[in-house]
Amino acid sequence: MNNPQLNAAGELIHLLSIEGLPKAMIHRILDTAESFLSVTDREVKQVPLLRGKSVFNVFFENSTRTRTTFEIAAKRLSADVVNLNIGSSSTSKGESLIDTIDNLAAMSADMFVMRHSESGAPTFLAQHLNRISGGAIHVINAGDGRHAHPTQALLDMYTIRHYKKDFTKLRVAIVGDILHSRVARSDIHALTTLGCPEVRAVGPTTLLPSHLENMGVRVYHDLRDGIRDCDVIIMLRLQKERMTGALIPSAQEYFKHFGLTEEKLKSAKPDAIVMHPGPMNRGVEIDSPVADGPQSVILNQVTFGIAVRMAVMSILASSKGA
Amino acid sequence: MILPNPESLYARLREQVDKAFPDRSELGLIGVHSGGAWIAERLHADLGFGLPCGFLDSAFYRDDFSERGLKEAPKPAEVPFEVAGRTILLVDDVLYTGRTTRAIVNHLFDFGRPAKIELAVLLDRGGRELPIDAQYVGKHLPLKPEESFVLTRDDQGAFRLELEVKPSE
Repeated sequence: MNNPQLNAAGELIHLLSIEGLPKAMIHRILDTAESFLSVTDREVKQVPLLRGKSVFNVFFENSTRTRTTFEIAAKRLSADVVNLNIGSSSTSKGESLIDTIDNLAAMSADMFVMRHSESGAPTFLAQHLNRISGGAIHVINAGDGRHAHPTQALLDMYTIRHYKKDFTKLRVAIVGDILHSRVARSDIHALTTLGCPEVRAVGPTTLLPSHLENMGVRVYHDLRDGIRDCDVIIMLRLQKERMTGALIPSAQEYFKHFGLTEEKLKSAKPDAIVMHPGPMNRGVEIDSPVADGPQSVILNQVTFGIAVRMAVMSILASSKGA
Repeated sequence: MILPNPESLYARLREQVDKAFPDRSELGLIGVHSGGAWIAERLHADLGFGLPCGFLDSAFYRDDFSERGLKEAPKPAEVPFEVAGRTILLVDDVLYTGRTTRAIVNHLFDFGRPAKIELAVLLDRGGRELPIDAQYVGKHLPLKPEESFVLTRDDQGAFRLELEVKPSE
């Protein structure tokens, strides 16, 4: 299979999806992130690795939080950061995307962090850059359509490894709007690659894609059953803005069945951790006492996310091109 | 070449450090990963220090990042004491070009401004490319560019020294 993420030597030159990432590469990213985590506690929260390099954040879809964490990560590596918010409405894919990118590449970009509403846009960009720059310009997918959000999955894996150490003994439940979630897809691939024996998908039939069993996932339509004896619970945001049809009756109705409350959380293991990629809809998919409770690691995920993005950027920048 | 016994080099280094720092209650000891970290741990246990031992990895501060990239598994920095205003003793296994020491010194400054930094090494193999020197040295032993010392540690924690020769390209 043509895998534009890796060069012939097996080095990571782009991060486009978790699919096709070898287990050893995922662990290398997590190990490197662990070292970067200590940078955050210091007097000077910066290391000079990417000094003189330019990282362009190109967001064709709005996301203040993800863009900010990439910006902080790049700045902690001493890179110059340029933020571009490009409304997807004004660009039609294809010719104009390439034109935009060629212009930015001509401004000596070393790395693009891209979010796009179309699945596959970052891959398209990576292939184009491989042609024009020989893989010297790197692409990080910061979320594309329903396809993938690899850095979110990597920070989720970092969080799980931090609290649970060994993936091969874990039962993990992903709860909610899996149909519209690129985070869920990327998490499932990452968990499977890392040897997690049981991944569950929990949600109403209308929010679960049909091919889940083929990904080795067990499907549940009841929250208590779905999280029973789980070590890790990943709650997903109810993606209201992505919901075109009437897939759920109402937010209240959704909360009644799939909102994680303290009472429902009791069916998971007592030391289970609760994760959420943010931003949360309190009172829709998660109840406030759980979000702020002792089992919640949601804010720690944000901190880990910066270290993981620093690791990805520095590993990409250390590759020798395509 | 007959290689020196690293245990006797260590004993010599320990003696120098002991003499130079009779009061070790406020001295900040930092080992450079990985060989220097082992030596620092030994010094810390053998001589007794008032503060816990620190460890640094040069990976994030190297000047050859764009040529050689990031090494496989950089170790997290551990500096369990205030650096600002403190005398710091850096410990490394082999001093060669001085570039690792430069990286470590820069790293250390991002924790604060130390009063003074000194360097202790098991072996000084010559070949400096920067104006850097060690104050405490187990032995001076010049090597050819294609040669390098490799320090390892056995299960009991005893040091072993090997000479590695890279075939010229």
